Amino acid sequence: MMHLTLEFGGGLELLCESVKSHNVDVVLESVGEKEGKLVMRDLLCWVKTNLIKERPEMFLKGETVRPGVLVLINDCDWELCGTLDAVLEEKDEIAFISTLHGG
Amino acid sequence: MERRAIEEEINKLQVEKLRIESRIISLQSQLNQNGQQKQLDDKNLSGWKTTSSPPYGDHGLSKELIYRYSRHLLLPDFGIQGQANLLNSSILVVGAGGLGSPVALYLAACGVGRLGIVDNDIVELNNLQRQIIHTEAFIGKHKVESAAAACRAINSTIDVIEHKGALLAVNALDIISKYDVVVDATDNIPTRYMINDGCVLLNKPLVSGAALGLEGQLTIYHYNGGPCYRCLFPTPPPTSACQRCSDSGVLGVVPGIIGCLQALEAIKLASSVGVSLSGRMLLFDALSARIRTVKIRERSLNCDACGENPIFTKKLFRSFDYENFTETPIFDLSCENLMLLSKEARGSSNEYEELLNNGKPHVLLDVRPAHHFQIASLPNSINIPLPNIEKELFTIDSALKEIGQCKETDSLYVICRRGNDSQIAVQILHQNGYSTAKDLIGGLISWANLVNCDFPIY
Repeated sequence: MMHLTLEFGGGLELLCESVKSHNVDVVLESVGEKEGKLVMRDLLCWVKTNLIKERPEMFLKGETVRPGVLVLINDCDWELCGTLDAVLEEKDEIAFISTLHGG
Repeated sequence: MERRAIEEEINKLQVEKLRIESRIISLQSQLNQNGQQKQLDDKNLSGWKTTSSPPYGDHGLSKELIYRYSRHLLLPDFGIQGQANLLNSSILVVGAGGLGSPVALYLAACGVGRLGIVDNDIVELNNLQRQIIHTEAFIGKHKVESAAAACRAINSTIDVIEHKGALLAVNALDIISKYDVVVDATDNIPTRYMINDGCVLLNKPLVSGAALGLEGQLTIYHYNGGPCYRCLFPTPPPTSACQRCSDSGVLGVVPGIIGCLQALEAIKLASSVGVSLSGRMLLFDALSARIRTVKIRERSLNCDACGENPIFTKKLFRSFDYENFTETPIFDLSCENLMLLSKEARGSSNEYEELLNNGKPHVLLDVRPAHHFQIASLPNSINIPLPNIEKELFTIDSALKEIGQCKETDSLYVICRRGNDSQIAVQILHQNGYSTAKDLIGGLISWANLVNCDFPIY
């Protein structure tokens, strides 16, 4: 089991009943775990199944997040940590932020 | 004349009427302001700027400018050099709305040598809650004129350039090329891609801010080897993910805060002071009073705009269709556009009025979110927000039963704000056996325009 903090912002929280911050325990057996490691690819599936309550197409497109969503692992763009293959660790904080355009 | 054409004509006239009313308010407050202005002139406060002394240093600042900017000059990290850099710089602010208001005010006050402002919009009453550069006196006038007047009132020593009209691919390069730094304070995604591509082509740093609801975002693109907008967002988001302030709302001070931070970053760039936000993004959440700065990706070598083999040339840029690329219009067309239902499943506001006058028993279902319903609603309408309809069909059943009707009788009407959600609701109702449910074309806005002009529009 791995304890993680998941944050949704920029409107994505609307997909999970307007709750922005979720403290979750992800059970490793419940995901496609490889050698006891939890990677972002697994977490996205877990989030889609367990947290997203409506319009999943506003969160995922194919196996990754839809265009216009920034993914941050401990305040760092996931592009710098391996995107879908980024390995997560206990107490990591993962944020999903939809880009805003209003002004 | 066809019914639809008449309705459109009425809509047009209503808009015209609003415009004339705004103009009256604007002229009235001008009358008041002229009185105040005269008092100021009598006091002769502006004498200081008529004299100009020779400089006492190699920075070229006159005695008047040294006095005006003295609080900047006292800062060891900014000083006379920072101020001199600022005075010699030029900054373009695209958009004179919620973000652009504080940006332009601060840039004018702090002494940017040349300040350009672009906007195509007119000042409206419902802008003033957040677009603090505009005043009631300017309702109905161009935002650019209003913003420029406010900037000149604060600082008559700088050059304020008015670019009236939209920044479009055909004119963007000519305008952007005249400035050192560009501030994106716009409200739509095609313009954001266009400004980015223009800045990359002309090699200008871009201070990009955005705000919606109770959140804001800020970063600097294409500066110091950092990423551009397209490096972060190579593919535009789906249209349904792009909320606008006119739909989702925005707390006025939120774009104000992001705009202030944009002004700050622009000042830092123009004066060559401090460490810029390039490569980082600032995220602001007003509800939890949280500001955090996150590290974003590096410049992408495959980027269409700033990569090693960019697709954009100046020629391609000028003819690039940004609205088509993002599937989003540049201008906010807040009108009905969905056409889901057949003619028989729709009714006009006038038809509904007739039905009310005839006393026909019916149920009016309002499918807007609850907080919209609380602003204003039609008498006797019941509110079930669109996402809840299937869960709350029993409420509809009991309302119908109360007036002696049932699912199949022609007595269920659906309304929303603009006439889009009501169509989706009617589709759902049809699928659930309410075969004669109808929606009201154009929603409450149409009701206010065609039937009852006292009904509040928001």
